Amino acid sequence: MSISRRKFLGWLGAAGAGTTIGSKANAASNKVFKGYPDSMGVLHDATLCVGCRECEAACNKVNELSAPDKPFTDLTVLDVKRRTKNEAFTVVNRYDGIPESKGPVFRKTQCNHCLEPACASACFVRAFKKTESGAVVWDESVCVGCRYCMIACPFDIPTYEYDNPLTPKVLKCTMCAPRIEKGLLPGCVESCPKEALTYGKREDLIKIARDRISKYPDRYVDHIYGEHEMGGTSWLYLSSVPFEKIALREDLGITPAPSLTSGALGVVPMVVGLWPVLLTGVYAMSKRKEKIATEERETAVAEAIDKTTAEGEVKLSNAMAKAEKDKEKAIEKAVKTALEEAEKQAEEEAAAKTEAEAAKADQVEPDKSAGKDQAEKIDEAQTEEADEAPKTKDAKTNDEEES
Amino acid sequence: MSEDAAVDRKSIMTPFNICAGIIVIAGLIVTFIRFTQGLGAATNLSEYNPWGIWIGFDLLVGVALAAGGYVTSAAVYLFGMKRFHSAVRPAILTGFLGYLFVVVALHYDLGRPWRLPYPFIFGYGTTSMLFEVGLCVALYLTVLFLEFSTAPMEWLGYKRTRNLVHRLTLVLTIFGVVLSTLHQSSLGALFLIAPSKLHPLWYSPYLPTYFFVSSIIAGLSMVIFEGTLAHRAFHHKMDEAHKAEHNPLTLGFGKAASLVLAGYFSIKVIGIAAGNHWHLLATGYGFWFLVELMGFIALPCLLYAMGVREQNLKLIRFTAAWTVLGIIINRLNVSIIAFNWQLPSSERYFPHWMEFTISIFIVTLIVLAYRFIVTRMPILYEHPEYKDSH
Ligand code: SF4
Ligand code: SF4
Repeated sequence: MSISRRKFLGWLGAAGAGTTIGSKANAASNKVFKGYPDSMGVLHDATLCVGCRECEAACNKVNELSAPDKPFTDLTVLDVKRRTKNEAFTVVNRYDGIPESKGPVFRKTQCNHCLEPACASACFVRAFKKTESGAVVWDESVCVGCRYCMIACPFDIPTYEYDNPLTPKVLKCTMCAPRIEKGLLPGCVESCPKEALTYGKREDLIKIARDRISKYPDRYVDHIYGEHEMGGTSWLYLSSVPFEKIALREDLGITPAPSLTSGALGVVPMVVGLWPVLLTGVYAMSKRKEKIATEERETAVAEAIDKTTAEGEVKLSNAMAKAEKDKEKAIEKAVKTALEEAEKQAEEEAAAKTEAEAAKADQVEPDKSAGKDQAEKIDEAQTEEADEAPKTKDAKTNDEEES
Repeated sequence: MSEDAAVDRKSIMTPFNICAGIIVIAGLIVTFIRFTQGLGAATNLSEYNPWGIWIGFDLLVGVALAAGGYVTSAAVYLFGMKRFHSAVRPAILTGFLGYLFVVVALHYDLGRPWRLPYPFIFGYGTTSMLFEVGLCVALYLTVLFLEFSTAPMEWLGYKRTRNLVHRLTLVLTIFGVVLSTLHQSSLGALFLIAPSKLHPLWYSPYLPTYFFVSSIIAGLSMVIFEGTLAHRAFHHKMDEAHKAEHNPLTLGFGKAASLVLAGYFSIKVIGIAAGNHWHLLATGYGFWFLVELMGFIALPCLLYAMGVREQNLKLIRFTAAWTVLGIIINRLNVSIIAFNWQLPSSERYFPHWMEFTISIFIVTLIVLAYRFIVTRMPILYEHPEYKDSH
């Protein structure tokens, strides 16, 4: 029964793959992408998984991976939590001590083949492709090895050949895309003895999952993990315990990965379009400001020069006027003193005369010559005054011209 | 003759040169190991941690700290701060060297470095933030090369070509700002795709804005910081204009950095408010976030302001170095420290000593290249034949 059903699903898958090859995908549209129509997926029912590691063995075989240290029959490897590795595209982990479950719960990990894969959105050479059959495949011929896909994958799936110096590869489950093309089932699905894995059209798988939940509400958590997580994945999960408890993160949200960066990418044309215009504007403004500043500076300098010249001239004429006044004063003073002295002398002379008259006449002569000196001094001062006069006049004319 | 040689040897054997020599030799050995035995032999990278310090430090910090080029040329040529003209050349030089060695460092990190041009030949992965980063960095490196090329052309005497390139200054500057805006912000946007891996205090839809704004801060601070170092080492190479403009430049850029830091602080706080992450501040990561927010954003904002107010050049210079440290911490937080924060410590990443070696090697190469160029080409002084032609 189980085998025939698996075969049936296999044919279904082949048929699905066949029909989808012809149909056009509208991946380029920016509408919400709900996956390629009729794309395939796998439903993993964790309530049926017994942790036998048959799927791991099959995966290892069909992908021709190197043999592990411990054989696949050794179940002690389940004691530690494992993740996907270069040598293991899928691993089954055991989760113990979950209160919601009597015994341990097993869950298989591998690439979830997201409907809108983060890895594909992140890759800058488009090495990843979401094929119409549902598989997310990687193209070795273009990969640069930046490992941004690994950063982007919310499920921590892709691995890298760090020890390969020349041709390191990104490795992950391919959903057995080559086998699907040949009409075969994915290795793991084919090998599962407990039907914990069901391959089929994703839409059908969702229906099957819903059926199971409604038929056995006590057995399942009412949620199909992967139906909406990160925009939906081709691999779907059913569980008897909260998904968090079997290391399926419930905080990922339903936003498909490309939407996380589309906003930032949308800004690019804005920056490219607006920045040059704005910057040229800023440049023009600062240029204009600079021009005005230069002009203003020039006028200011000219004005300052004018002002200083004018001030200088005013000062000069003032100074000259003052000097003239001082000189006049000095002359006046000199004249006055001279006159006073002359007067005094005259008085003295007169007194002397009287004395001399009273005494003898020989002392008179030298006193006379002194009086003569005084008169000469006065003459000189007056000539100087006359010399200054035209100069003062000149300064005054200058002043008038300036103003 | 032999005496001359002895003197030469003595002048070459400075402590700096000896250190640089040891680092270069170690770097070459590790380079050999990396390219013959693969990334696994030289790094602690793992499936969970595909990016280490070669991305977190060499790329993210490298690009942020090389922002001085576009910040300075925009300030001088576009925003009319002609009085800082002498700062443009050194800033362009460090920017150019910074980007050049970012690309060199990238070759270590890429699995197949010789395929670096593939995205622009085969892939066109336009949905990838990394595509934008790559394209803008490639174009900007070209712009920086052209901007910088006038110096070697003056040195070698290619007057015609030099004048031709010189006439492009304005276009190149605008182009440079556009490209820098794009890739500085895209570096932050790289992490937008991983909300489930980056700690919510650092993850924000504003990440691109944070990276862009902090790149301005990094650029301004780096110009001050480099200027200080250059003054110590190459004072004799500077012309009067350079020496005279240095202190006003320190004050001007310090003031600008203080303002931008204030803006950065508020958008960071808005980010927490928008995500309503207040309660996370009470956790260990919250404490570390507060150290970054208060110690490396609020504090330097304040110190810069005080330095400018009191005309305290020493304080401004110290703050510049402090801010640069803050930028380094921020980039490492986003790419390494707060990345994969939910993983158990056994799965976390700590760099291999060879990773450190290569990062130090790259920085040393930048310093050596800078020294080679500055001691030969008209960077810190104007070439006598091209004076006033700016
Ligand atoms: S699970 Fe990860 S590797 Fe697989 S398709 Fe989704 S993003 Fe890509
Ligand atoms: S490592 Fe390869 S596949 Fe992954 S994002 Fe980079 S180029 Fe693409």
